[in-house]
Amino acid sequence: MARFIAMLLLVLASLAHAGEAQPVAADPVLEARVSKLAQELRCLVCQNQTLEDSHAPLAIDLKNQVRDMLASGRSESEVVEYLVARYGDFVLYRPPLKATTMLLWIGPLLLLAISLFALLHHIRRGADAPAGDRAIDAEAARRADALLGLAPGKDSP
Amino acid sequence: MKNRRSLWIPLAAFAVLAAFLGVGLTLNPRELPSPLVGKAAPSFTLPQLHAAGQVIAPEGLRGQVYLLNVWASWCSSCRAEHEHLMALAGTRELAIYGLDYKDERDAGIAWLHRNGNPYIASAFDAEGRAGIDWGVYGVPETFLVDAQGVVRYKHVGPLTPAVIEGRILPLARELARHG
Repeated sequence: MARFIAMLLLVLASLAHAGEAQPVAADPVLEARVSKLAQELRCLVCQNQTLEDSHAPLAIDLKNQVRDMLASGRSESEVVEYLVARYGDFVLYRPPLKATTMLLWIGPLLLLAISLFALLHHIRRGADAPAGDRAIDAEAARRADALLGLAPGKDSP
Repeated sequence: MKNRRSLWIPLAAFAVLAAFLGVGLTLNPRELPSPLVGKAAPSFTLPQLHAAGQVIAPEGLRGQVYLLNVWASWCSSCRAEHEHLMALAGTRELAIYGLDYKDERDAGIAWLHRNGNPYIASAFDAEGRAGIDWGVYGVPETFLVDAQGVVRYKHVGPLTPAVIEGRILPLARELARHG
């Protein structure tokens, strides 16, 4: 009998969010967990949106799936595992740190380090160079003066 | 200008960037590698499209190499691949089953009546739950399953003669030989 009631409740629960509109579950705690998890998951149709933001039919279905799984007592990590097994790491908004994603994670830091090194190298070389290297040549100085109107040149009226 | 060589650095950096972006242009972001390939076909028990009283389940299809094509009457690109599926069904070389995804039963039956039915049978997945289990994210999708019930190949998007002749049939023949 208890089993029958449980089944009935499950059926009713599935009917409750069979519609297109985003359903608000009776249980706000569950709904908060669903939203939190959905923010970490990618909508497969509109690839730059999270499940939480997306209103694509598949995103709504997946959110319902997440809600059902959480409601049936599965943990967040079990739900994520379930989705990764079907859709791959792509479904995760934050890619996991693995050998294949190493460059993705450390790439920007590596680039920053290289740029900083190059910048430091450049600055130091500039500081070390004798003043003569940095002095502009006479022709350029004459033209600059002419443009500024400090001395008569062929450009000035 | 004591170091003319350093002038080439921006150009070289640009060339590297252009090469990466160029490769990126040839990739299709919609085509995701399926983690399902090499794994057992997910189970479902669904009513058949044409016979609501009869069920269809992947376990019942074991022992043969078959194609599972996910389609729907509302899916416009399914129309594009349909003639190729019909041609493949005509050769009788490969068993083709359908999964009518998030469809209306009447609309699905009418669509097959209008365009021809290449499927031995179609499972009717009104709510798309089986679709989620199979990792379906865009219809049409096509799976090649071997005799042991392991998914061997997945194609996302409309099938083309090139995909059927070049990928699916050679793999199916090889699987049939070793299976």
